[in-house]
Amino acid sequence: MINAKDRADMKDLTPSDAKFFKPKEKDNSGKERDSKICKTIEESIKKSGLKDGMTISFHHAFRGGDKVLNFVMDVIAKMGFRDLTLASSSLSSVHDPLIEHIKNGVVTQIYTSGLRSKLGEAISRGLMQKPVQIHSHGGRVHLIKSGELKIDVAFLGVPVIDRFGNATGYKGRSKCGSLGYAMSDARYAKYVIAVSESLEEYPSFPASINQDQVDSIVLVDEVGDPSQIGEGATRMTSNPKELLLARRAAKVIVNSGLFKNGYSLQTGTGGASLATTIFLSEKMEEENITASFGLGGITGTMVYMLKRGLIKTLLDVQSFDEFAAKSLGENQNHIEISANQYANPSSKGAAIKQLDVVVLSALEIDVDFNVNVLTGSKGILRGASGGHCDTAAEAKLSIIVAPLTRGRIPTILKRVNTIITPGNTVDVVVTDQGVAVNPKNIELKKRLKNAGITVIEIEELHKKAMRICGKPKPIKYSDKVVATIRYRDGSVLDVVKALA
Amino acid sequence: MKLRRSMLFVPGSNTSMVCNAFVYRADTVMFDLEDSVAISEKDSARLMVYHALQHFTYEDVETAVRVNPLHSIYGLLDLEAVIRAGVDIIRLPKTDTVEDVLDMQEVIEKIEFKIGTNKKTKLLAAIESAQGVVNAVDIARCSDRLMGIALGAEDFVRDLHTQRTKAGSELMAARAQILLAARAAKIHAFDSVFSDVRDKEGFAREAKYIKDLGFDGKSLINPNQISVLHKIFAPSRDDVEWALDVIEATDNAKEKGLGVVSIDGKMVDAPIVARAQWTLELAKASGMLGGDE
Repeated sequence: MINAKDRADMKDLTPSDAKFFKPKEKDNSGKERDSKICKTIEESIKKSGLKDGMTISFHHAFRGGDKVLNFVMDVIAKMGFRDLTLASSSLSSVHDPLIEHIKNGVVTQIYTSGLRSKLGEAISRGLMQKPVQIHSHGGRVHLIKSGELKIDVAFLGVPVIDRFGNATGYKGRSKCGSLGYAMSDARYAKYVIAVSESLEEYPSFPASINQDQVDSIVLVDEVGDPSQIGEGATRMTSNPKELLLARRAAKVIVNSGLFKNGYSLQTGTGGASLATTIFLSEKMEEENITASFGLGGITGTMVYMLKRGLIKTLLDVQSFDEFAAKSLGENQNHIEISANQYANPSSKGAAIKQLDVVVLSALEIDVDFNVNVLTGSKGILRGASGGHCDTAAEAKLSIIVAPLTRGRIPTILKRVNTIITPGNTVDVVVTDQGVAVNPKNIELKKRLKNAGITVIEIEELHKKAMRICGKPKPIKYSDKVVATIRYRDGSVLDVVKALA
Repeated sequence: MKLRRSMLFVPGSNTSMVCNAFVYRADTVMFDLEDSVAISEKDSARLMVYHALQHFTYEDVETAVRVNPLHSIYGLLDLEAVIRAGVDIIRLPKTDTVEDVLDMQEVIEKIEFKIGTNKKTKLLAAIESAQGVVNAVDIARCSDRLMGIALGAEDFVRDLHTQRTKAGSELMAARAQILLAARAAKIHAFDSVFSDVRDKEGFAREAKYIKDLGFDGKSLINPNQISVLHKIFAPSRDDVEWALDVIEATDNAKEKGLGVVSIDGKMVDAPIVARAQWTLELAKASGMLGGDE
């Protein structure tokens, strides 16, 4: 074989650093084709080059049915790794086993959108030395792209994959629908291990995670529990108070001036915000109005609207129930988007920047319209930042829907215990005892009043809540910070302190 | 006449319902101390309702209490408590005869005198037996405290040796009798509850039916039924337009000092003005002229 360097006339023409070509033996056996597949998680971890002190990531599309994180963390602990940073797009109640890994020093730092259950409580009581970094869904991608959150190894659970790494979420036994959060990790992590339970023939396209993003593949018995994947999400409520809130929120939207052909909509998963879409559907049918797109965590009710032609397109970063998960595979106007395309403030194109109306829930709201969706009335971490502050900041109209009181707990306070969404980005608060409009929205306030909606100052709502419940005793915190609330641009918005 | 389309039943022992019922804006909230309260909870329910009636959240809501019968050991205790707490209406359970109403009236008068209130507690007689239906005409006329009579269907069908059906033919006679008795006495007539809360269509059908019969309203057991009922009782847009025209014409006539008004060549007299005012009030309460539903 003749090599270029042997040719006299090439010598002076070669680029300065390029090496000369050396022939390799061609392998015709096809063995290489399965080379990404590892027999065990352990093998894939060894291949990844994971070391103490590195950052590992997971996604939360399986929600309460996730089996990957606990399984992988057990292997990592057994292999003796220590001092890892865990960056999961969120954590749910199934992840309580992390408590042991934290106690044993396997995990010493956490980045997440949410914390719940025993894990949330343990951290609120000072389990970790370093404060947990709480980020929004958009903020997480921003932290990754800005370099603060460097993911060394991503463990991405996927329902279905081919031998080269093309994976989807809307097929298989543990279908979770959109892999929007995993897509961003697959794109930015240094090493990507896809964990799946079902191998399809190559090529499996269209794929959410692609062959050129995946380093290793591990097949396990199950990545999720199908009965729990739609956990806590989206049954239609029959709770009369939630229905009342929903009717009122729909009325606010209809009279906001934005309720026109081509408007766009996002709702959260709370019973009331979900029911809002039902009442809106009725009004849209009545007035012959079609929405251009529905965004965000997509639910069965949004799919229903798509099927009835009330919404033209669904942009789905996370499918909240099996109807949404199934629809993603079946409807060509139901589109999967990544977290970066959804809400990252520094993205070249985040869909929330095109959003008209968002309906969100709250644990606490204060007289300056600040919202807390993270810590409960006892100061314990028990929620998630999610897309709350992202959507509130970008949508033309952000509506917070919450009952004035929950049992003996007031929702409207003088000051929220934890700020997740700053009050200047909140436009309207809908309660069962009146609607409060942020004073900066003079025009909107007029519109709602003219439509006969009971508009009341938020201080009045606060007073009413206090009259019903009495003033709660302040929560006793120590000086130790257990969680830092990062706003979507990465700045520090608030801190959560340990319970005294 | 006050608008009384919806009368929401709230079991007096259900803390959450007692605390929250005011937000749903039923025309009347009716706390129950009778059949929905277990014997072991009679005292605690009475105490809770006593406090709820005085709570500021019920300031702007018409309240009623269904008390236990006077012949039971709870009846008098219930009355002593809720009249002190300022309830608007006492609902008499199982009213069979005129005497039942008069007995109750006597006790209420005594309690009112004892506590020195000027408030005259109203009465609503629930008719729940064949005997009661037969006596409905006399019952409806027997007391000036009586603001209405209501059909209690569950006990009534048992007395009639039949059961409730979705078609409602078993209630045909009772509904007609109660309605006529109430209208003749110029008091309200209320229909019974529709107990299958999941059957929205069935409820809407029955609500439409009793509205067309002429009933003023209906007892409800679930807050989700309120908006459905109010929608059914709402006047049509044409009716509202007409009523607005009538009021405008009479206002103009008054301004100009004219005695007689006519619209489209038809004379507008006092009953027509009253009907127009009533229509507008109903429209307002239905959220058609602004205001929450």
